Amino acid sequence: MYRIGIDVGGTNTDAVIMQGDKILAGVKSATTSDVMSGVVDSLKKVLAETGVKNSTVSAVMIGTTHFTNAVVERRSLSLTAAVRLCLPAAQCLPPMVDWPDDIKQAVGGHYWMADGGNEFDGREISSLNDIQLTKIADEIDALGIDTVALCSVFSPVNDSMEKEAMAIMKKRLPKANFTLSSEIGRLGILERENAAIMNASLRKLSSHTVGAFGKALKSVGLSCPYYVTQNDGTLMSAKFVQEYPVLTFASGPTNSMRGASFLTGEKNAIVIDVGGTSTDVGALVNGFPRPASTSVDVGGVRTNFRMPDVYSIALGGGTIINPEDPISIGPRSVGYRIHEDGLLFGGDILTATDVAVGLGIADIGDPEPAKKLGSERLQIIKSKIDEMIVNAAERMRVSSDRIPVLAVGGGSILIPDTVGDLPVVKPNYFAVANAVGAAIGQISGEVDRIFSLTSISREEALETARKEATKKAIAAGAKPDSIEILDQEDVPLAYLPGNATRIRLKVVGDLNG
Amino acid sequence: MTVSELKSIEISDMKNIALGGSFLGTGGGGDPYIGRLMAEEAISKNGPVPVLDVGDIEDDALIIPVAMMGAPTVMLEKLPRGTEAISAVETLQNFLGKKATAIFCLEAGGLNSTIPIAVAATTQLPIVDGDGMGRAFPELQMVSMTMGGISACPMAMADEKGNSIILNTVDNLSTEKFARVITVEMGGAGLIALYPMTGAEAKKSILRGSLSLINSIGSIIHSEQAANRNPADRLAHDLKGIRLFEGRVLDVDRRTEGGFARGNCIVQGLGDCSGTQIKLEFQNEFLIAQTQDGIPKALTPDLICLLDLETGQPITTEQIRYGFRVIVFGLPCDPLWRSKQGLELVGPRYFGYDFDYKPIEQLNAVL
Repeated sequence: MYRIGIDVGGTNTDAVIMQGDKILAGVKSATTSDVMSGVVDSLKKVLAETGVKNSTVSAVMIGTTHFTNAVVERRSLSLTAAVRLCLPAAQCLPPMVDWPDDIKQAVGGHYWMADGGNEFDGREISSLNDIQLTKIADEIDALGIDTVALCSVFSPVNDSMEKEAMAIMKKRLPKANFTLSSEIGRLGILERENAAIMNASLRKLSSHTVGAFGKALKSVGLSCPYYVTQNDGTLMSAKFVQEYPVLTFASGPTNSMRGASFLTGEKNAIVIDVGGTSTDVGALVNGFPRPASTSVDVGGVRTNFRMPDVYSIALGGGTIINPEDPISIGPRSVGYRIHEDGLLFGGDILTATDVAVGLGIADIGDPEPAKKLGSERLQIIKSKIDEMIVNAAERMRVSSDRIPVLAVGGGSILIPDTVGDLPVVKPNYFAVANAVGAAIGQISGEVDRIFSLTSISREEALETARKEATKKAIAAGAKPDSIEILDQEDVPLAYLPGNATRIRLKVVGDLNG
Repeated sequence: MTVSELKSIEISDMKNIALGGSFLGTGGGGDPYIGRLMAEEAISKNGPVPVLDVGDIEDDALIIPVAMMGAPTVMLEKLPRGTEAISAVETLQNFLGKKATAIFCLEAGGLNSTIPIAVAATTQLPIVDGDGMGRAFPELQMVSMTMGGISACPMAMADEKGNSIILNTVDNLSTEKFARVITVEMGGAGLIALYPMTGAEAKKSILRGSLSLINSIGSIIHSEQAANRNPADRLAHDLKGIRLFEGRVLDVDRRTEGGFARGNCIVQGLGDCSGTQIKLEFQNEFLIAQTQDGIPKALTPDLICLLDLETGQPITTEQIRYGFRVIVFGLPCDPLWRSKQGLELVGPRYFGYDFDYKPIEQLNAVL
């Protein structure tokens, strides 16, 4: 049986076919504005190139940076209503208090604080106020907003207020979608609320995108299950990602780092992935992406996801460049429109790829329009681009050891032969490393429930959770002997009788076949 | 180390202060980030906060220390209303019939390193360069003022609902016991104003220069990170600290008991430490570091900090997760804490651990 890994970037849609550990083919197509035709192109190409029959494909794994890019570029975000249940507490730092102004504007910056929320021991800070919430819902409706993020104080230990508030507000906002912070994040209200607001602002885009994936697969005759990769390198079902697009954040970097490690066999390295829109720099430590131990910024917004430590800059093959003084590079990118708008393809916008092509570093399209700027000017721009890359790599480097830089991604032609004093390795299939990372995505099994520790010890409860999660992972198609714990956490619930604790445990294993 | 003196606190200083505060938090006291945001908001409204040396304060002036009291996990989740501090300070001033000349930082570690700056900015009072702990500790009698014979009372407490309470107790340990019960009733956290003291008393009993110190620690960590070096080596050099252990977090066991986040964390060694484990005991702060054979490597009141192995960023007890790669970093405490009275207040036995205190330098002496 075969597996197909797809990576939908801002600029290119890549696909690989794998049989076991062997890569049979890797192809690239342009990402299209409807997403679907780009995916279809890639699927057709990769199936045609290998002659693999679509009935023998057992699974398709899709990795996408679509949602991260939307946040980074402040594009395709819906106006969102942030509602915090907290009063009279928590007024001093309202929702989005520490967000950069531009993203606050992109989601509208509308927030309400209402009665509600729990104390740490389950008591109510104040009761939900039906009339108040109805009034808020009407105000939201009057603004024409139909996506809502609800966040209640201490909802990770008691989520009932978020659910009740949703039910009340739905009466006035029947068509709106709701994101509940308790379903996304952990303790730490600002970070969890941030994630919920971003998720809400992405729901329209995700519903559109996931629909497009399904249609694309069907149109090439693939009826196997398909998955979307999340930030820890594991796979989510289509329905799940539609509701929780925020969980795909940083899945791109995870895929490219896991892919780069798989392709080169290197276990300790800096990975630089240059896409069409952005460059992600991460570090591989013993073959795994180095996780960020503190809060992680996404597009300048603080979150507490467990994510790889990645530094992103708005530099990619499609990055728009102003060649006149003062020279500016990005942050906007032509993205997938490079094939229409890039100078090298007959368009009228100077991109980073044009600069590389004009200098003869890469051989794609027509170098002549870029050459008109003169090699001296192009060289000045290129050295500014190099400087951005070196600075980003230096930021992720933590020792003076000369570990290799693994250059991957379609835009990696922009990476010089050495980055500072570090040697650069460009593996085979470098341009489709993300798709490889998606194809080797792992199956997870998760347990998130409350255990009573009156008759069993904490260790026994953890062991039970581990067994249950392992069983789920095997049932979902994981190889039993490859299963290991990815994450485990227990939060004691002091307010419940019987020494109750909430255990969250996740195991992962390789996909069978 | 050379500490440059802090004269006034601007918005741009809060980044370093918060980072230095989270280092001296020794894993507890909560993330200073929330206090930093509150301080930044207040400074942008009311202007920079003047920082005073205690030597420049009139002997009869009133100084009011402030802090947040309660479990750090609560403060990360239930943010303040914003009016609690003013309410606590005003309640205490009204009781005393005297206005404060300056605000004082009770605890220069964790959330409480930044909260008093927000309070000073909001009340438009200067802040004294110093604190009562030189780090974070879990209980409010654990301050240098207790050793200086200053009473924690009268003490004011305030919550977001508008409750404010004055306490008068027989001694500082009793203040802790009563106040702790009240914080639980207040939802796990409350704003407190206590140890009201004169300039003359402060000169004899506070630990000086703490705000300048955390500002410098923050600036060292930021500049070492910018130069791609792990700050642990320079911190070890400048602060006479010790890199005790490095490894990967294998297990975290936590429970909330009596208003404290208690528990322990086991770190499996990496590199030079591979094949061995270290166990850290915490009650809000890290208090004990011991080997798997129960041999102590660092004991309270010496400081135990957990730093990210790659970036040197301090990690709090509530942030620790399975798989984190960390450095266990130790630092000698202020000599005052090593006195008999100091160890009675904050030594291992006070916290219920069966260890006789030995200074960290002796526990890790190279033979």
